[in-house]
Amino acid sequence: MSASGVAAPAVYDSARRGWRPVEEARALWQYRGLVQELIYRDIKVRYKRSILGVTWTMLGPLLNMITLTVVFSALFKAAIANYPVYFLAGVLFWNFFSQSTSSAALQTQDANNIARRTYVPRSVFVAAAVGVALVNLILSLVPLLMILAVTRFPLHVTWLFLPVSIVIGTLFASGVALFLFTLASRFSDVREMYLVLIQVWFFLTPIVYHVSIVPPKLRIPIWLNPMYYLIQTFRNPIYEGTLPTLKVFTTSSLLAIGFFAAGWVYFCHRSEKFALLS
Amino acid sequence: MDDAAVRLESARVAYLVPRERIRSLKEYAIKRLKRRVFFDEFEALHGVSFEVARGEAVGIIGRNGAGKSTILRLVARVIPPSSGRVVVVGRVAPILELGVGLHGELTGRENVLLQGTLLGFSRAEMRRRLPGIVAFAELEDFIDAPLRTYSTGMAARLSFSVATDVDPDILLIDEVLSVGDERFQAKCETRMNQFRAAGKTIVFVSHSSRQVREVCDRAVWVHEGRVVQEGRSAEVTDAYHEWSLGGAAAPLAAAAAGREPGGP
Repeated sequence: MSASGVAAPAVYDSARRGWRPVEEARALWQYRGLVQELIYRDIKVRYKRSILGVTWTMLGPLLNMITLTVVFSALFKAAIANYPVYFLAGVLFWNFFSQSTSSAALQTQDANNIARRTYVPRSVFVAAAVGVALVNLILSLVPLLMILAVTRFPLHVTWLFLPVSIVIGTLFASGVALFLFTLASRFSDVREMYLVLIQVWFFLTPIVYHVSIVPPKLRIPIWLNPMYYLIQTFRNPIYEGTLPTLKVFTTSSLLAIGFFAAGWVYFCHRSEKFALLS
Repeated sequence: MDDAAVRLESARVAYLVPRERIRSLKEYAIKRLKRRVFFDEFEALHGVSFEVARGEAVGIIGRNGAGKSTILRLVARVIPPSSGRVVVVGRVAPILELGVGLHGELTGRENVLLQGTLLGFSRAEMRRRLPGIVAFAELEDFIDAPLRTYSTGMAARLSFSVATDVDPDILLIDEVLSVGDERFQAKCETRMNQFRAAGKTIVFVSHSSRQVREVCDRAVWVHEGRVVQEGRSAEVTDAYHEWSLGGAAAPLAAAAAGREPGGP
């Protein structure tokens, strides 16, 4: 029998290991098939026994949007033109962020269960959590387009910038998800704390309201909020029909790269310890 | 390069056991402020050395808690050695414990893909191997049914088929040979022999002397994290068996003295 399609035999030498973050990145690439399977599993299992199937992903934000638009329209309609589009563009991006980070935090038990029995780079679980949220974000652009059509909102050419916004958002979400996954693997209350935090965080981010209604003195917490910049990077091309300003673009890119790099290094240095923790 | 498939050089493994079970971040913060976060090290292996040549089947025997599974985890890269060295040449496939990675809502076919990618294989390769896996597990008629409709034996058959079909260079088996009914067990043994005939390496962990003698050429007896004896499987299993029955003290003394590797 010949080793089918395998060039050189894989050699593992515990004494000759590279820098952990590089090693983990290589392993993640090797296990990309598993990431795809986990994403597929998650999406399929969630919708398998439902009649509407994947359309739930699109209906969810739509229903959510209708409810919240009714609730918030009375408050903000005067201040924000085309409120449904404003709100939906922001909330879709927020959902992507909150889903990828909280599901990374929720997956630790499952992940450790598997990674204790067989070798798997643990980053596949974070990648899968972000991947599922990313698939949902892209699917939910369909109801957004429907809303645009219904409200006769123009489809700006700046939509072409969205892939860039999504890459920046994905880097940022992955960075936060890596930190959360690492902490949640060690401490059981991190999940609950984060689920509360993210609710508060939602209202500290200008999604249902516009930053202009916040009194200038109270804007400092908003400026310190990374999501303030990331939301704009995604929403401006859809709602304003403009590219994000240079300041917003630079800030969100730097935040995304910074969080991702720090999260990755932190995660890589910690993750191996989990296997030794009994 | 020498022809060792697996080599352990004074491999030591220390698990970290929290002295107090700190489960929450809140507690951790408080304890940290009082400077009271401690881990005890539990040394599961105190420097174990042995080699498994390519194409060899080696059994690891010993009591519960002797460190057998820890050795397997080192070879499978699940944990790194705390000190010492572990070298593994070739693709490793552990036979997963029942249920790892399997998902009830997915069909048998989808589970094969999931489990294969869990072992690090590509989806394309798994799709190619699917017919063979299904045929070996004798699940042709059920492969598109959700796994939750399978019996335990059926799921185990699927699991074993995946691990042995993916053509690893080194197969790690942790006392799971008892899966399925007798006929399937016989099939498993046949496949293990084919494995050996094809020049593959097997590391087999068990506390059953009989199984080790049947499957392996050589055996390593581990006791309290040290190698007590290694050699031909019949000799080692006999010594182990005698010790378990009679409680002969000699091997223990040898282990405590920290045997050097290699000597017969």
